[in-house]
Amino acid sequence: MGSSVLTPGHHAALVRDFLEQSADRLPDKIALVCDGRRLTYREVDRLADRVAQALIDFGVVRGDRVALFLPNSVEAVAGIFGILKAGATFVVVNPTTKRDKLLYILTNCRATALIADARTDLTGLVDGAERPVPNLRGCILCGASPAPANPAVRCLNFRQVVEEFPATRPARTNIDLDLACLIYTSGTTGDPKGVMSDHGNVVFAAGSIIEYLGNVGSDVVINVLPLSFDYGLYQLLMTFKFGGTLVLERSFAYPAAILKRIEQERVTGFPGVPTLYALLLPMDLSAFDLSSLRYLTNTAAALPVSHIEALRKKFPQVTMFSMYGLTETKRTLYLPPAELDRRPGSVGRPIPGTEAWLEDDSGRRLRPGETGELVVRGRHVMRGYWEAPEMTAKRYRTDPVTGDRLCYTNDLFRTDADGFFYFVSRKDDIIKSRGEKVAPKEVEGVIHGIASVREVAVIGVADPVLGQAIKAFVVTADSSLTEKAVLAHCRAHLEDYLVPKVIEFRSELPKTPTGKIKKTDLT
Amino acid sequence: MSDTKRDLRNFIVETFLFGQDTGLADDTSFLEQGIVDSTGVLELVSHLERAYGIKVKDEELTPDNLDSINALAGFIAGKRS
Repeated sequence: MGSSVLTPGHHAALVRDFLEQSADRLPDKIALVCDGRRLTYREVDRLADRVAQALIDFGVVRGDRVALFLPNSVEAVAGIFGILKAGATFVVVNPTTKRDKLLYILTNCRATALIADARTDLTGLVDGAERPVPNLRGCILCGASPAPANPAVRCLNFRQVVEEFPATRPARTNIDLDLACLIYTSGTTGDPKGVMSDHGNVVFAAGSIIEYLGNVGSDVVINVLPLSFDYGLYQLLMTFKFGGTLVLERSFAYPAAILKRIEQERVTGFPGVPTLYALLLPMDLSAFDLSSLRYLTNTAAALPVSHIEALRKKFPQVTMFSMYGLTETKRTLYLPPAELDRRPGSVGRPIPGTEAWLEDDSGRRLRPGETGELVVRGRHVMRGYWEAPEMTAKRYRTDPVTGDRLCYTNDLFRTDADGFFYFVSRKDDIIKSRGEKVAPKEVEGVIHGIASVREVAVIGVADPVLGQAIKAFVVTADSSLTEKAVLAHCRAHLEDYLVPKVIEFRSELPKTPTGKIKKTDLT
Repeated sequence: MSDTKRDLRNFIVETFLFGQDTGLADDTSFLEQGIVDSTGVLELVSHLERAYGIKVKDEELTPDNLDSINALAGFIAGKRS
């Protein structure tokens, strides 16, 4: 019985070490620029200690799940590390989540505490007899608000936590197989599911990504992505691990404000997603000094090759990383920037310390040029879905010989002769038109070649003659662009069977909370 | 000025709040309340350009200019003067 914990060594063993080791090594360095405040590593560490002491006082113990329902903020950062310091598992819920889904997540993970924005409607959640989340023992509310009436669970304001609880570092209780976080994936169908990451998964994945990005302590990273999205979350985790400075913003809604911040803070790293780059590309950037930027990264969905080229022209001094991943393995592939000229359409090779290959449906490993499902092996392969053994069994399989846990990504790729990977489509995205297999991405790439096109989504719709007909949804900045012109462009660049039958113009496309185009909502 | 504010409020409520005006104050931050995202800001800008005949420059896409009804009204007045 009992467990024995590792002492913090040179290599971080638990995620809390990212903050604590940097706080011990660089106490007075600015760790976080957010909400108009500049906090040193010591200040963030002490704030997180106080949150941890409050949670421990609530009765939160090792292995409990504690949820955060906050916009990107100082409190969210202190909350994440406070939860880890209390030995618990953190669950970041997107702040735009509606009440039903929030309740679903809190109940699904049986959260014992919640750290939420004070404006959250907690009616029925913390007061009254009903107690829809029966395990909930306490709640920390951030921002000014009156205390809820008749609370049945203990509610503290964040200010009280800061004033009343000591900045004492709690004892280490975890081993690296304990869960560090559940990341609920938006999922284009069905209820969200919580991807389980243990401490070892996070420490490994963060270290591997830091290695290929070449991050150093002088890096200043700006994050406009929500912390509920693993890509946004890892900006925080990685920056604290390598002892850099994180500039944390709520969103990219006001691009000029973000560009100004890049200039003021001399930001070196900018993580983006395709929709965000689509906003940035048509902008006149001459009013901003962006010379501090060292690298841009893209993931979540592939960036059209035409956008990659335009970005490189716009930011000639900047290194561009095209990447691919899914929450189930954090990051999977990245393209070394030196390869970008030769293979602009590729998302590269497995991240350092991992392996990936392609299989067909019978489990045969494929040769270069063949298309098949991407399979991933490494310490970044997450532990599965929280209390969903059937879904876990579908996505994660055990290698019969070595006993390794492998991730079957459900994404189709092909490789070139040198082993670089090219995304083809989601396995269930493939359109069968005229008996031919159509990868929507290929058609989307061609339509993106029209300069004024901002976003494209291609789907298959039932057609009595073709089986499925190809339909393209187009968002354009040019109101004079016609269906005819788009079709003519497609005919000039695609085989006949790949040319869409219908073009529909939209002012925007439906998105998941993480900004991926939600094709299931298009018909 | 108050006419402008009323028109702006109507536009925000119709476009981003599905017609539900629930406690939108003149100084409510669109961003903090989750009323607009990146696409929303672009929609807002094209509305300003169409309805008020002004041209919004890229470097003017900041919360100071655009993030509340008050900010918008001030921004439009400044552009017109």
